[in-house]
Amino acid sequence: MEFFIQQLVAGLTSGAIYACVALGLVMIFVSTDHINFAQGEMAMFATYLAWAMIDAGVPFWLAFILTIVIAFAGGLFIQRVILKPLEAAPVLSLVVCFIALLSFFNALAGMIWSFTIKQFPSPFPPRDVFGNGLVSIQQIGVVAVTLIMLGILTVFFRYTTLGLAMRAAAQNPASARLMGVRVSWMLALGWGLAAAIGAVAGMLVAPIVFLDPNMMTGILVYGFASALVGGIGNPMGAVAGGFIVGVLENLVGSYVIGNELKLTFALAVVVGVLLLKPAGIFGRVIVRRV
Amino acid sequence: MAAITDSWATRGRPGWIVILFWGLLAALPLAGLFTNDPSFDYYMFMGQAMLINAIAILGLNLLIGFNGQISLGHSAFFAVGAYTAAILMNFAGFPYWTTLPIAAVICFGAGFLFGFPALKLEGHYLALATFTLAIAVPQLLKYKLIAPWTGGVGGLILDKPDPPEVLKLSPDQYLYYLCLVVAMLAFWIVRNMLRGRSGRAMMAIRDHAMAAATMGINTARYKTVTFGISAGITGVAGALSGITVAYVAPDSFTLQLAVSFLVGLVVGGIASLPGCIVGGAFIVLIQNSSQSISDWMKVTFSLRYDVPAWAIYGVLLILLMYFMPRGIMGGIETLWLRVTNRKEASS
Amino acid sequence: MAAILDVKGLSAWYGQIRALYEVDLSIEQGGVTALLGANGAGKTTTLRAICNVVRRSGATFFDGKDIARLATEDIVRLGIGQVPEGRGTFTGLTVEENLRLAFHTRKDRAAAYRDMDLVFELFPRLKERVRQQAGTLSGGEQQMLAIGRALMLAPRLMLLDEPSFGLAPLVVQEIFRILRRINEEGKVSMLIVEQNAAMALELADHVYLLETGRVVTSGPSEIVRNDETLRRAYLGY
Repeated sequence: MEFFIQQLVAGLTSGAIYACVALGLVMIFVSTDHINFAQGEMAMFATYLAWAMIDAGVPFWLAFILTIVIAFAGGLFIQRVILKPLEAAPVLSLVVCFIALLSFFNALAGMIWSFTIKQFPSPFPPRDVFGNGLVSIQQIGVVAVTLIMLGILTVFFRYTTLGLAMRAAAQNPASARLMGVRVSWMLALGWGLAAAIGAVAGMLVAPIVFLDPNMMTGILVYGFASALVGGIGNPMGAVAGGFIVGVLENLVGSYVIGNELKLTFALAVVVGVLLLKPAGIFGRVIVRRV
Repeated sequence: MAAITDSWATRGRPGWIVILFWGLLAALPLAGLFTNDPSFDYYMFMGQAMLINAIAILGLNLLIGFNGQISLGHSAFFAVGAYTAAILMNFAGFPYWTTLPIAAVICFGAGFLFGFPALKLEGHYLALATFTLAIAVPQLLKYKLIAPWTGGVGGLILDKPDPPEVLKLSPDQYLYYLCLVVAMLAFWIVRNMLRGRSGRAMMAIRDHAMAAATMGINTARYKTVTFGISAGITGVAGALSGITVAYVAPDSFTLQLAVSFLVGLVVGGIASLPGCIVGGAFIVLIQNSSQSISDWMKVTFSLRYDVPAWAIYGVLLILLMYFMPRGIMGGIETLWLRVTNRKEASS
Repeated sequence: MAAILDVKGLSAWYGQIRALYEVDLSIEQGGVTALLGANGAGKTTTLRAICNVVRRSGATFFDGKDIARLATEDIVRLGIGQVPEGRGTFTGLTVEENLRLAFHTRKDRAAAYRDMDLVFELFPRLKERVRQQAGTLSGGEQQMLAIGRALMLAPRLMLLDEPSFGLAPLVVQEIFRILRRINEEGKVSMLIVEQNAAMALELADHVYLLETGRVVTSGPSEIVRNDETLRRAYLGY
């Protein structure tokens, strides 16, 4: 039983991180229908920036905030400069472009900071909460940061006119333009948010798995799985999907297939959801006009 | 991708260019007679790698360029081909050449099966599913239950085949010819397929799936079979790679391999057969000269860091998408066809 | 009276296909102008071209200001409210959110709230459904919502694309009655595209007749109303 609870808590912790990655994917997907394959590498790169700042003596939470701001600006920049000219391009060009960004950020991180792993400090002490080895403050912290972020995003989208304009632009760009909404900037804003959320995910996971340029590859796949389980157009669903996938991964890993096939499990989830329930558990079916 | 309405692959064209081209490739090893360069065998080995990559890209191009299905997971089929050759040679004592058709059949099967889920997925979703496949495969290959056959993390070491004595070739010259013959066969098969009814059907599905279906094309069957053939061709390339490198290991078949195929495809030319060879040569050249490119860039731009090949790939891909969305040979073909069409129209 | 919108030599294209040929239009301040013609005559295209939604050429002056090169968003922000073809409903947003979207561009919050009250006064049915998802509204309600959204921009000119499309005659009459009120009480000029020529002629004081992308005739609406040959030839009644 104790082992089961430990696995459950560990699953919720990694689920929180998958939720962040999924949330970043959803930000871009709802506004553009694109799946950003570079989401993981962008997060990884931002985490290196945080590491460099902390290494230079900047306090953790200041570096945390600064990294989020820089990542936001970076996401905005990528959309405005690299993706905007490809707005009307075929899917293949966009996929190639995302893969190019993935390769580029991976190589750039390796180039600047080398491929040796680095220790990333955790803001949360790894101490036990109840003194029985079940839940650590670190784990609670990770989940709490995710939930706080979800809360901020919900408020932003539901109660601010900018958030409303972003939703409108995503739903019906032509009509949004006629209401004076600068749609193309809303897409850029979506990229900025995605990059910022990704940066949070990277900084949450780095203390757990160590920092290296390939840190996010596997996590990204789990992020995909989570976003799909929750319905890829749905932020709340993405977070729920993250927790579901995180818990399942740990339970299936410990009791059924072992830890060596975790990525295969993610593959099965991705293909399974796409085939059986493409709209996800919480998603609505979208009928597309031809 | 509806813009690609025409390509050399589907047209009659002065055959002598093709004959000259393959003739030239066949004559290359003969240069060994006139040179004492100690690294000549290494050049032959690079030539093998280029041909192997060209075949793998041919498989990918059939799927992406001619059928419009995006795969980021062809490293998986390449791996299946390589492991098929390795396992058959090491544990069942098959002669190396018999493993090629077997790899083709097994990879066709694997691709055909993956083609079924792919049927329901389009564009970004298919890219997503195949991306996940590419990431999962190395871990799967290391799995302990199949490790007795796959060699686990360490992989398998093979015997490099010896050339028949009558040919008086070095092993690397001989393997180069092996790759060349297989490549010619693969290109010939694909070319004929594209010029026939099935090729037209494939391209019709790429350009407008629904219209193709209303014209009576069984889109589901064509898509799954194309996926199978594509995987089969890439699998043969994988088997050749296993044979020529004489070593297979899980970490050779990562997402990076799939991406390098994609780079070769995009650089060479989407929906271009000659482009596959250009792309295959390109990625081997970049990988082999990445150190000197990096050194050159460090000096020219006075950089403090080494510039890895993947950074170059990344920048190159984005530039190509802006300026030559169909790749080098694709762009040349478009120009060429525009010129010849004008001639035909005026005469 | 001065013209609020002046269009000179307006042409438009969809890809390679040309849809408008050198159209000249002039809409008077405070007036209602109807743009009539058969299917495919270029009526919708004209509205789209004024707001730069399609590729176009020619001069457009709004209140004396050259708007030919402005982006759609900026044209709208000057005070041109468009009620687009197909109503442009944000189906996933609530009725209130559909209207509140205008707050994004408006600096004058207090006036914006007053406009929202005005919309609810004009369309009490929208007020009843204020928290409902806009996609669940009936066609007539969505049309009202589209007009309401345009009104939220505090426009001086409204471009209306077939406000009667697909609606029951009673609903059409109600909507036209409200449009008249908006025109008279709110001093909003209007350019209205309609298949329902009789309805439009009643509301409009000026008419342009389009055929295959060209203006064939224009003038006060009585002229068209009283000219049977013209009505038979172009309007089919």
